[in-house]
Amino acid sequence: MQAFIVRRLLALAPTLIFASLIVFVSMRLIPGDVIDLMLAQNDVSGGQDRAAIEAALGLDQPLYAQYFRWLGAALQGDLGRSLWRNTPVVEQLAETLPITFELGLLALVVALSVALPVGVHSAMRQDSLGDYAARSFSLLMLAMPSFWLGTLVMVFPSVWWRWSPPLEYTPFFEHPLRNLAHMIVPAALLGLSLSAVTMRMVRTTMLEVLRQDYIRTARAKGLSETLVVVRHALRNGLIPVVTLIGLQAPLLIGGAVILEQIFVVPGMGLLLLEAVFQRDYPVISGVFLVVGVGVLLINFLVDLSYGWLDPKVRHQ
Amino acid sequence: MSGPGGAAALRPGAAAVAFNLRLLRSKPLGAFGGVVFLAFLLCGAFAEVLAPYGANATDLALRLQGPSAAHPFGTDHLGRDLLSRVLLGAQLSMLVGASAAALATLISVALGVASGYFGGRIDMLIQRFVDAWMLFPDLLLLIAVISVVGPGMVQISIVLGLLYGIAGSRIVRGAVLSLRENMHVEAARSLGAGAGHIVVRHILPNIMPVLIVLFTTRVGAAILTEAGLSFLGLGVPPPAPTWGGMLSGPGRTYLYLGPWLALAPGLCLTLVVYAVNVYGDALRDLLDPRMRGVG
Repeated sequence: MQAFIVRRLLALAPTLIFASLIVFVSMRLIPGDVIDLMLAQNDVSGGQDRAAIEAALGLDQPLYAQYFRWLGAALQGDLGRSLWRNTPVVEQLAETLPITFELGLLALVVALSVALPVGVHSAMRQDSLGDYAARSFSLLMLAMPSFWLGTLVMVFPSVWWRWSPPLEYTPFFEHPLRNLAHMIVPAALLGLSLSAVTMRMVRTTMLEVLRQDYIRTARAKGLSETLVVVRHALRNGLIPVVTLIGLQAPLLIGGAVILEQIFVVPGMGLLLLEAVFQRDYPVISGVFLVVGVGVLLINFLVDLSYGWLDPKVRHQ
Repeated sequence: MSGPGGAAALRPGAAAVAFNLRLLRSKPLGAFGGVVFLAFLLCGAFAEVLAPYGANATDLALRLQGPSAAHPFGTDHLGRDLLSRVLLGAQLSMLVGASAAALATLISVALGVASGYFGGRIDMLIQRFVDAWMLFPDLLLLIAVISVVGPGMVQISIVLGLLYGIAGSRIVRGAVLSLRENMHVEAARSLGAGAGHIVVRHILPNIMPVLIVLFTTRVGAAILTEAGLSFLGLGVPPPAPTWGGMLSGPGRTYLYLGPWLALAPGLCLTLVVYAVNVYGDALRDLLDPRMRGVG
């Protein structure tokens, strides 16, 4: 298992290098006039002039030197300072990342607790009314944009019953219940759209697995249907589902940006939007780096979970 | 791969008709999706004719009116007719969706063929780049690029085309990889055909089914992402009547006074994306069963 982990870690290196290049180049895309715009817009009263900003962004050096300087600093945890608030970007990320992480985790819990039972049920009773309803629901959820659902949840309860979801953020460790009351609505919306794809995948793989010979053997042994499904079918059926969740990680983060905006969750998405409107490029690239590394880590964990779910993989 | 033959032996027009009849018979839901999508396309194409009022014709005396005979979808906080705005919004969505998907397909073909056909070191480099690119959520990349180049329909279509093009190149690469080893490609190569000839005459015609499905699904994805971007205030700038923009910006506070304003844009968006998705699924099942569950 250790050799397996090391091999997978090494395979990440080229991807990571390309990812850092993408973040770096996107920073370099900033055209010169944007610096003027930044100067005009942000009204840096500390007397920062063009040269100072260029130096702060490292634009006064050759490209490759800039890249290595930036990468070296990033590896030491220095992502520069926000042009707007003049605080270290790392500090802002440390504040907002756990909030987005909580939102994503809650959404994942919602998605799995909907997708697994419904998908399994759909596969066991293929072409029944329930299967049909589940499939229609998942097709509908795939088409329905989360920002529209979020808007409906905000507007209609307030018009009909004078109730609207709470919008005040409370840190989890200060008051867990109040925190969850706020986070659960955006998390549920995010989770539902994720569950649509996942449910389809669970259904398809379970349909395939349930037709295998070893399932017939398990049934012939006289095992109860629950045991056959949970112990024998689901474990193999889960492998593609886990892959899918890894692939959906970027989508989950993208959705979080929109839902954080609607429900005023002060996470990384809201930080990014704020930074975009203020053209605070160090913050933007910081968010990107964290997201890129985060998704890479999730995919790494997904890879590792294969080894656990399917011992064959370990020895390849 | 079925290769040329079958329906392709007919004239192209007749083949398309025959294909769609087959679709109607075996996949009624998919055919329904196709019809709905076509209806939205026509609405978009003739939006100026169909819309009873201008998209930005304000009439403050008629602010926030509920649905009525004169204004079937009601009016917004500036007294603009919502039906007209939704129709012209369809035009915008369709334009962005179709142009982004077309560009995406071109990029997917270029990268996918380069990677799949030539293989080797080029393939290695391209694939690691695609890996890295796919780490970043579409919406985030879009937000970042728009923050640099500024919002606008052309920029959004180009960036969306790039995004989906790079991601979709994986699927094209897979198709090309399996084709490359096919007998008819081998035969062409042994007759001394150059790479360009093989790609144009033997590879591209055979990956058409994959490309058609890829194009269709990307139209829906592009429409949805553009709407999300407009909702965040980074899409085509107001007063352009985007479906996403109608639910955000200054109009958002008025949704509580006129809840009907929240319905039409979202419903249209859901309906058109649903239609594209079921149509794309049906196409995939008929054209290329191997692509099930991809993209």
